[in-house]
Amino acid sequence: MNNRLNLALGTLTALLMVTAIYMVFVFVPTEADQGIVQRIFYFHVPCAWVAFAAFGLVAICGIFYLWLGQDIWDDLGYAAAEIGMVFCTLVLVTGSIWAKPIWGTWWTWDSRLTTTLILWLLYGGYLMLRAMADDTPQVARFAAVIGIVAAADVPVVVVSVRLWRTIHPAVLVTRQGGHGLEDPRMVATLLVALAAFTTLFVWLLILRFATLRMRTRLATMARDLNLAYAAAGDF
Amino acid sequence: MDNFGYLFAAYSIIFAVIFLYVVFIWRRQSRLEVELRAIEARLKEVREEIDSRAAPQSRSAQ
Repeated sequence: MNNRLNLALGTLTALLMVTAIYMVFVFVPTEADQGIVQRIFYFHVPCAWVAFAAFGLVAICGIFYLWLGQDIWDDLGYAAAEIGMVFCTLVLVTGSIWAKPIWGTWWTWDSRLTTTLILWLLYGGYLMLRAMADDTPQVARFAAVIGIVAAADVPVVVVSVRLWRTIHPAVLVTRQGGHGLEDPRMVATLLVALAAFTTLFVWLLILRFATLRMRTRLATMARDLNLAYAAAGDF
Repeated sequence: MDNFGYLFAAYSIIFAVIFLYVVFIWRRQSRLEVELRAIEARLKEVREEIDSRAAPQSRSAQ
């Protein structure tokens, strides 16, 4: 990939991330009810946003792969699924750490938590298929179908706090409408953190996609080399 | 400062995981670049070998 673009995106991500950290730990006021532990929310929500965006991209790439059959869509979907899995894991872990002092338990079978865990398991299955099976067009087609079907859980996770009885806070859009952030500085901090994580997602996606494209190129060259060996053997 | 340990743990895990993932990608990329250069060199050698073998055969056919 273009080194200049890589450097520019990496620098922008680092700057936004430092600003977000400053805002989380210095700028934003402490929430009255939950205290200092509420600050986990400012990175927990962006992690969820990245995971959902990544899984949505997996579904879009899956559709394009099934339609066009070009391996570029398969590689992009694979890269997005891996990044989505990393951030979905962070959502579950940071949510659990927040839940312990607030709810008094690391885990509860709440609708938001359960649907998020199902999402994590579905894409875990997707990545296991990619890791354990050979890189054949048939496996890529199976993976594309799994990626599309699994992404149907993303809107379920998002609306779960409105559909079912839940103890998970509905902060961005409350059950009464509007958002649950009482101070404009909280909104500003969340927006900066969302921007930081969005650029981080794009940067990681480009890096990982470049690696997967190189792997595909390597596989093509290995086939060429085998053909060349066979041709050399004919002499 | 109640529950600071939870806050510290959450942010430490986030940054550690992101850092490890970036390291994983870079190491993977470096390894693939080495493999790619090796296979390119080998492919060039084999092609040159085929060309060198093909040249005398085409001369003798003439």
